[in-house]
Amino acid sequence: MSKLYLIVAEHRDGKLRQVTPEAMQAASLASSGGARLEAVLLGSGLDALIEELKAYPVEKIHVLEDDSLEAYNPEAYAAALVPLLSTVNPDAVFLGHTAMGRDLAPVLAARLEAGQLSDVIAVEASGDQAVFTRPLYAGKAFEKKTFAGTDTPWVVTVRPNNFPAAVPAGGGDAQVERATYTPPANLRTVVRDVVRKTSGKVDLTEAKIIVSGGRGVKSADGFRPLEELAGVLNGAVGASRGACDAGYCDYALQIGQTGKVVTPEIYIACGISGAIQHLAGMSQSRIIIAINKDPEAPIFKVADYGIVGDLFEVVPLLTQEFRKALA
Amino acid sequence: MNVYVVLKQTFDTEEKVVLQDGRVSEEGVKFVINPYDEYAVEEAIRIKEAAGGTVTVVSVGPERTAEALRTALAMGADEAVLIADDRIPADEYALSRVLAAFFADQAYDVVLGGNFSVDNGAGQVAVRLAELLGIPHVSSVTKLELSGGEAAVQRDAEGDLETLAVRLPALFTAQQGLNEPRYPSLPGIMKAKKKPFRQLTLDDLSVTPEQIAARTARAELFLPAPRQAGRVLEGELPAQAAQLVQLLRTQSNVL
Repeated sequence: MSKLYLIVAEHRDGKLRQVTPEAMQAASLASSGGARLEAVLLGSGLDALIEELKAYPVEKIHVLEDDSLEAYNPEAYAAALVPLLSTVNPDAVFLGHTAMGRDLAPVLAARLEAGQLSDVIAVEASGDQAVFTRPLYAGKAFEKKTFAGTDTPWVVTVRPNNFPAAVPAGGGDAQVERATYTPPANLRTVVRDVVRKTSGKVDLTEAKIIVSGGRGVKSADGFRPLEELAGVLNGAVGASRGACDAGYCDYALQIGQTGKVVTPEIYIACGISGAIQHLAGMSQSRIIIAINKDPEAPIFKVADYGIVGDLFEVVPLLTQEFRKALA
Repeated sequence: MNVYVVLKQTFDTEEKVVLQDGRVSEEGVKFVINPYDEYAVEEAIRIKEAAGGTVTVVSVGPERTAEALRTALAMGADEAVLIADDRIPADEYALSRVLAAFFADQAYDVVLGGNFSVDNGAGQVAVRLAELLGIPHVSSVTKLELSGGEAAVQRDAEGDLETLAVRLPALFTAQQGLNEPRYPSLPGIMKAKKKPFRQLTLDDLSVTPEQIAARTARAELFLPAPRQAGRVLEGELPAQAAQLVQLLRTQSNVL
């Protein structure tokens, strides 16, 4: 009997998040393509998402649909998923290492008495075992890990932007199975309000291009030219700890060992000196650009290309050039 | 209000990582309370200052962890517990089971931890602990207000702001922005020396090594290939900007 790996699908603004097909790819790699993949979709008003998900290489889509599941609530999601897991009995559960996945995965792992490997960036199969690579110290070191000891399921969270996404082959023949969900009467956790500050914006951890500002940005207004450049590139805006501590921006933008670790295709560091704790959060980016007035700034030591100059002069010039080039 | 904080001692984030004999070298390294756990300690002390009660800080770790616990006591925590035992594997399943065994006979209203540790970064232990204790949790909390056996909480969800209400007892993990941790004062440091500090082993918790067998194993530890410094462009700034855009368009397929 081949293994069964379950992917917890994630969606935002009515669309599947990119990390979901990436997690499918990771699951497939973990078994050299030998495992059967199934997905579970939670939320309300899921019809369009079910259709979208059908195009992907999953044999079955389990649907847990209820108005009370519209916003993520760890207690409600656990109440919905735990019974499903005991019916489906997967050999592994894959989630994105996202706000939801980071929170939900340890809940499931605890309930399953299972091991969990978090924030996985690479997977290779070796026989019946799979070897998972994950960062330590935000990427100052890496470890390869395996599951051990027991036959409890594996729980894995996959870092966004690190696996090629599974391709929607368009077969559309995945079986849809609706599971019943009755919201527990005694939930202790209630979601009162969700403010989608990020709606319509590119998520920092999923962005292909990031324009990031440091102390050199000097003020909250100083982020405007960076936002403009990010807008032209369909990228996201990030920040160093210095910029966040100075109150120029929200902590949600912080990149570094405290904050988020990002691995975009292009990282443009503007007015960031390059403290070790910041470098840990971005040095796995494919191409790094540094813009800084100080030619001695440590950021130039890790940058593929550097421009020595005032970011308030350089960034608008870049925006202008990209606009021309991409027109 | 009985508040417990689970904390971990980690490398200072400005430390480099050096491998020696297949392990991360701790030689000359400055250790700190994991930055996210430090927010948790601060929040616990603020809860006590507002509502009374006690703050207990708990850690599972090697003996050196005592220093981090002493720092938390100096900040204002009342009691510290260090669970130090070489038989505890570095595995989140095991660590959470050990903590749950400790909490089994404690009376707690609020348990606080960090959103994740800056070393291992898995972000599992606190949430697992809540599940094992059968209490609700909210992770990545940026605001916490307690009243009438309930918590009003704001959570940072990758930039989105979620507002939740949770019935106590409950566990919360701290995110940046929750508060600004205080520095230990000199009188605080002096007082900390006299505060209760207990050290426990698995035997004290009636946990056997078999019950906490690791669910994961490390096969390899390595450092990333160092990045090479690239090219600093030259010429007038407008020309440099044009050149950079050209270079990126030829080298990257996302543009």
